[in-house]
Amino acid sequence: MKILVCISHVPDTTSKINFTDGDTKFDTNGVQFVINPNDEFGLTRAMWFKEKQGANVTVVNVGGAETEPTLRKALAIGADAAIRVNTPATDGFSVAKQLANVVKEGGYDLVIAGRESIDYNGGMVPGMIAGLTNANFINNCIKLDIEGSSVTAVREIDGGKETVSTSLPLVIGGQKGIVEESDLRIPNMRGIMMARQKPLTVVDPVDTNTETASVKFEKPAPKGAVKLVSPDNLDELIRLLHNEAKVI
Amino acid sequence: MSVLVYTESEQGKLKKVAFEVASYAKAVADQLGTTVTAITINANDTSTLGNYGVDKVLTVSNSELETFNAKGYAEAIQQAAEKEGSKVVVLSSSANSKYLAPLLAIFLNAGYASNVIAAPSSSTPFTVKRSAFTNKAFEEMAINTDVKIVGVSNNAFGLVETSGSATAEAFSPSITDLGIKVESVDKASDKVSIADAEIVVSGGRGLKGPENWGMIEELANVLGAATACSKPVSDLGWRPHGEHVGQTGKPVASNLYIAIGISGAIQHLAGINASKVKVVINTDPEAPFFKAADYGVVGDAFQVVPELIEKLKAFKAQQ
Ligand SMILES: Cc1cc2nc3c(=O)[nH]c(=O)nc-3n(C[C@H](O)[C@H](O)[C@H](O)COP(=O)(O)OP(=O)(O)OC[C@H]3O[C@@H](n4cnc5c(N)ncnc54)[C@H](O)[C@@H]3O)c2cc1C
Ligand SMILES: Nc1ncnc2c1ncn2[C@@H]1O[C@H](COP(=O)(O)O)[C@@H](O)[C@H]1O
Repeated sequence: MKILVCISHVPDTTSKINFTDGDTKFDTNGVQFVINPNDEFGLTRAMWFKEKQGANVTVVNVGGAETEPTLRKALAIGADAAIRVNTPATDGFSVAKQLANVVKEGGYDLVIAGRESIDYNGGMVPGMIAGLTNANFINNCIKLDIEGSSVTAVREIDGGKETVSTSLPLVIGGQKGIVEESDLRIPNMRGIMMARQKPLTVVDPVDTNTETASVKFEKPAPKGAVKLVSPDNLDELIRLLHNEAKVI
Repeated sequence: MSVLVYTESEQGKLKKVAFEVASYAKAVADQLGTTVTAITINANDTSTLGNYGVDKVLTVSNSELETFNAKGYAEAIQQAAEKEGSKVVVLSSSANSKYLAPLLAIFLNAGYASNVIAAPSSSTPFTVKRSAFTNKAFEEMAINTDVKIVGVSNNAFGLVETSGSATAEAFSPSITDLGIKVESVDKASDKVSIADAEIVVSGGRGLKGPENWGMIEELANVLGAATACSKPVSDLGWRPHGEHVGQTGKPVASNLYIAIGISGAIQHLAGINASKVKVVINTDPEAPFFKAADYGVVGDAFQVVPELIEKLKAFKAQQ
């Protein structure tokens, strides 16, 4: 089985979010970038398929050269090879077109992406790859098993979960649950050394039309201070929620 | 040319979010000077959509689409959009709509903006405001394709009633191979789900153990709320995983979020920031949640919550 894991390179959650160039660009100054958490869960599941079922695992990112340390980290965790599509990731649709092209060229059976990336929160790339490559698609995937070309998966739904069956080729929008946090791997020295020898191929983009464009960013207005209510005066809390906030 | 809106139902009954997206579609149609067409899939009574600005309802009834299937539903909506010549398709932010939206975008070759929180600020170029960076910022996004898909964030636009009536028209899209088969569903049908809830009552590690969740359930009951929890609580197995909210859990965009014994770590707040009003109950006045909340009680949950339940019961009895 050939697996492609899509890795989006995102600011660590604790980063300060600021914008530059007249609020049109994300300010990367002082920001630490990480593998998108949803992708890290997916990559770890891919490692299981590699170790237990002999799968071959490639990681891919659409982005500039600055994302290479993130891809190297994925190689150090255990992926066999990495691909970087050399174009800035400006819009989910065009990222999906690049990735779909990588999928077609490489003939991957399984594409693992994340439910959403924590920067732009588009939640669209995996579904679009599935649509563009005519593959089956399971979103919010929290458990994934594959035997031959038959797939059993569990996905989260509003208010519960459901078990589904399908077949390869398949695209996954994964999240926590596909593996647990305790399964995540911190690259060790050997992994880091080996990662340096593994291939990281840079390819050119196929089509650079964009369907959507970011015009401007804005930060929410600063929030007013919390209104404290004494624990001896809970009637006041109910009054505030009813009369002032109008939520009960 | 009419604006198409997918109005979701569950077991034949339209969901509240259906009326919210219909209200949004009406606002877009007014800007564009056109009408609103809704599409429903296996919904029974669709006449109420008229009260939220819908002019016509395409009613699909298809036994193959009895359980949700992203591809099948996207095909039905695609064919409705083509039939109506719609340039704008409006969806909600339910898990199902977020699942089908990217497929629909490919089928219609349409740009898609998710988590949209307001009516378009301009129609040429078609520009919408969405939340991004886990609600730490807003993005103005222009959609440049001929057909546009807008995913409206839950509880962001609200319901706008009008006096109108919707005509119903049966519609039979042709559905190809569904690809994915649902084997079993595990869902608590008697509980309010986090996604649908207007109020969410959430408990953290400060509650000490699963045996103390009785009061959380009861508070949720009194308020008609869904229950949720912080990540360590589900990691410890005190509560089911599906209840965990935050950056790595479910997103919450309720009108009211009540956090009890939750410290307010940034990864927790990332998932609940979109909620309109936040209340925190915590013994530690330095807990970071107090900086994110609108109302706070510095106090012991084991005293505050039972008392709050009694007072709320009395309040509800008076209403
Ligand atoms: C990559 C990553 C992703 C993460 N994703 C998430 C996520 O999605 N969701 C999430 O929730 N967390 C997430 N976390 C974990 C997060 O950082 C916090 O550890 C977690 O939210 C803390 O949970 P808590 O507030 O329940 O527990 P604690 O931090 O232990 O806080 C308990 C609180 O209860 C209060 N308390 C104690 N006793 C009482 C009492 N009797 N009455 C009232 N209050 C009391 C305490 O003062 C304290 O503030 C993530 C972490 C990482 C690194
Ligand atoms: N620039 C990118 N390069 C590679 N994969 C990406 C990129 N952007 C998004 N993805 C994948 O698509 C998932 C969902 O991203 P999004 O649609 O942006 O929320 C991510 O979790 C990644 O797996």
